[in-house]
Amino acid sequence: MKISRRKFFKIAGVAGGGSILGKVKSALGVEQFTGWPDRVGVLTDLTRCVGCRSCEAACNEINKLPQPKIPFEDQSVLEKERRADADYYTYVNRYPDPKNKGQWIFRKIQCNHCDEPACASACLVKALRKTPEGPVIWNEKVCIGCRYCMTACPFYVPAYEYSNAFSPNVVKCTMCYDARTSQGKVPACVEACPMEVMTFGKRRDLIQAARKRIMDHPDRYVDHIYGENEVGGTCWLYISGVPFEKLGFPTDVGTKPYPEFTRGFLSMVPAVLVVWPALLGGFYLFTKNRERMADEEEEIIPEEKEE
Amino acid sequence: MTEYVGKANVFQSWIKERILLGLSLKGYLRSLWKPFNIVAGIIILIGLPFIIMRYTQGLGAVTHASNDQPWSLFLNWGLFTGVPLAATGYIMASAVYLFGQKDYHPMVRPAVLTGFIGYLFAVIFLLVDLGRPWRLPYPMISSFGTASVLFLVAWHVALYLSTQFVEFCPAVFEWLGANRFRRWAIGVTVGATIFGVILSTLHQSALGALFLLAPGKLHPLWYSEFLPLFFFVSSIFAGLSVIIAESTITSRFLKHRYSSQYLARLPGLTLGLGKAASFVLFTYFGLKIVGLAHGYHWNLLNTPYGYWFLVELFGFVLLPSFLFAFGVRNRSVGLIRFTAFFTIIGLAVNRFNVSLIALNWQLPHRVFFYWKEVIMVITIITIEILVYRWIVNRLPVYREHPVYREVDFEEDLLTKKAMV
Repeated sequence: MKISRRKFFKIAGVAGGGSILGKVKSALGVEQFTGWPDRVGVLTDLTRCVGCRSCEAACNEINKLPQPKIPFEDQSVLEKERRADADYYTYVNRYPDPKNKGQWIFRKIQCNHCDEPACASACLVKALRKTPEGPVIWNEKVCIGCRYCMTACPFYVPAYEYSNAFSPNVVKCTMCYDARTSQGKVPACVEACPMEVMTFGKRRDLIQAARKRIMDHPDRYVDHIYGENEVGGTCWLYISGVPFEKLGFPTDVGTKPYPEFTRGFLSMVPAVLVVWPALLGGFYLFTKNRERMADEEEEIIPEEKEE
Repeated sequence: MTEYVGKANVFQSWIKERILLGLSLKGYLRSLWKPFNIVAGIIILIGLPFIIMRYTQGLGAVTHASNDQPWSLFLNWGLFTGVPLAATGYIMASAVYLFGQKDYHPMVRPAVLTGFIGYLFAVIFLLVDLGRPWRLPYPMISSFGTASVLFLVAWHVALYLSTQFVEFCPAVFEWLGANRFRRWAIGVTVGATIFGVILSTLHQSALGALFLLAPGKLHPLWYSEFLPLFFFVSSIFAGLSVIIAESTITSRFLKHRYSSQYLARLPGLTLGLGKAASFVLFTYFGLKIVGLAHGYHWNLLNTPYGYWFLVELFGFVLLPSFLFAFGVRNRSVGLIRFTAFFTIIGLAVNRFNVSLIALNWQLPHRVFFYWKEVIMVITIITIEILVYRWIVNRLPVYREHPVYREVDFEEDLLTKKAMV
């Protein structure tokens, strides 16, 4: 059975919104969304990355981000571990190579474009959504700036313009959705990479390619595709020569899609809406009846005494 | 002309009676010159510039909210601590109207008012914290993120704010002398109470459910599938404690607004509330233990976060539970009142742990307390207290309106006659 993304959210959302209107359509938690079939993604081979930051420069250009104080050619920014920020959507961090002392392993980081994004399920105005093509994008027109998406994201990706008083944006990598990927073009960072670290394509093809690479060179890669199953699957995939926890990857995120963590609670909502009025109404009638009986007794007893 | 003057006089006397507490404008302004008001005024004068700064330089200028820790102390107090502390209304209204605890009837109005103002100011905190505050109604009118727990919170807080206003309407109409409207408002009391309990159950627990979406970020000792239940149950003892604390303060400083009968009964009622709070706290303690066993992270108890967890669990849950019980047994109203304040602090500790301290516990170098945020919080609380005081000084909150007490009495007689 093919289930559209919209339908999936509708089902999960029956609890939240539908219940307020009193429309409960179907049992929750039985239908499973396994991702858009033709979604695209990027496979990042960390064994090839040399930390040149060309991807950062390309990202900066296409998204018209402010020029950084330290130019992209300067490697000194790598000395500090960074996180995504309003000024840059992608960035490279380096980690000491556990195999070769004194060497570094570089990791390019950006939004992972989850198949079932925590941020989109957190958003109370649907400003964040998963496109059928794969990228997770943000809609400036409806965002209220609550920042729950940032709390929800297991990868600490969305950033916020804290110095903007009236129109702070939630910013993150869009996989160049508007400018490139929605027209079938390759994301800017992928194109700019001189080492061919990244491969753009349909996610299912990328998984095959990654498997093949690992099988062909078992000595070169650890046998794990990061993002294949993490948080239910992401469109951005990684393969690496060293275990992922050595490169700062969050490895405690599990394989369960994040929307499922709150689905149980939301599915309880309609039950409360039905059971509570009945129960409380019952208590009220019970109490009222008890009081009436007490009143009647009061009235009867003095009469008896008079007799 | 004379008619016009007459109308103007009526209006003036209306203002004088209902707004200026029966004083002339000059006299009223002079009566404001009191130490408490001066201190409150100074606090607001210091704090307002920081709140204005939020609207000129952005949230980053006045809070330590960051990309890693997007919800800072300001929101943690305003929403996550403020809402459970405002649980007073649904607790008292359901106890009296649904469960027939008639003795507590005089406490309903102060409790509903406290709840209403608490929610109103939770919204005000949001208006400061949200990036685009004028879009606050979006989830209600145009853009429905129905898969979000926060969507549920938004809807329910909005609905509950309106419900509490309806619940408080009888007092407003008594103040305005609008008899017919008052009767309508009283007519919906039971319905509004039931609706209020439903909404409160769901959004109090939803505030906890928000963090279900952060399993890797929230420390395992605090992360639990039972988070919604924890938040709901703790809102009950929080609300009870706030009712005790609020009556403690107002029965001292706003004594003239109390009726002598209510004042005489207050110690007994306080003991009753303490008993309930003790029981709920103990239940909550049991739930937390079940949650701990369910999470199976016993080994983490022997870490710094574990010690802090135990401080919260034993120092701020079990201890106040026993203190309440002890106070009830020895009929010590003073101890009950002290414990109520202590429990409020304990609730705040819990909410701060979940939404700030134990969240993102794996990240290095975190700063929780930023003086500008503390000043803004104190400023808004001060305004909250002033608004509360303004209302209770004018509306019949602690005592029944003399006119309407008789009306009720007559209506009671009529219905009783009809029944016989």
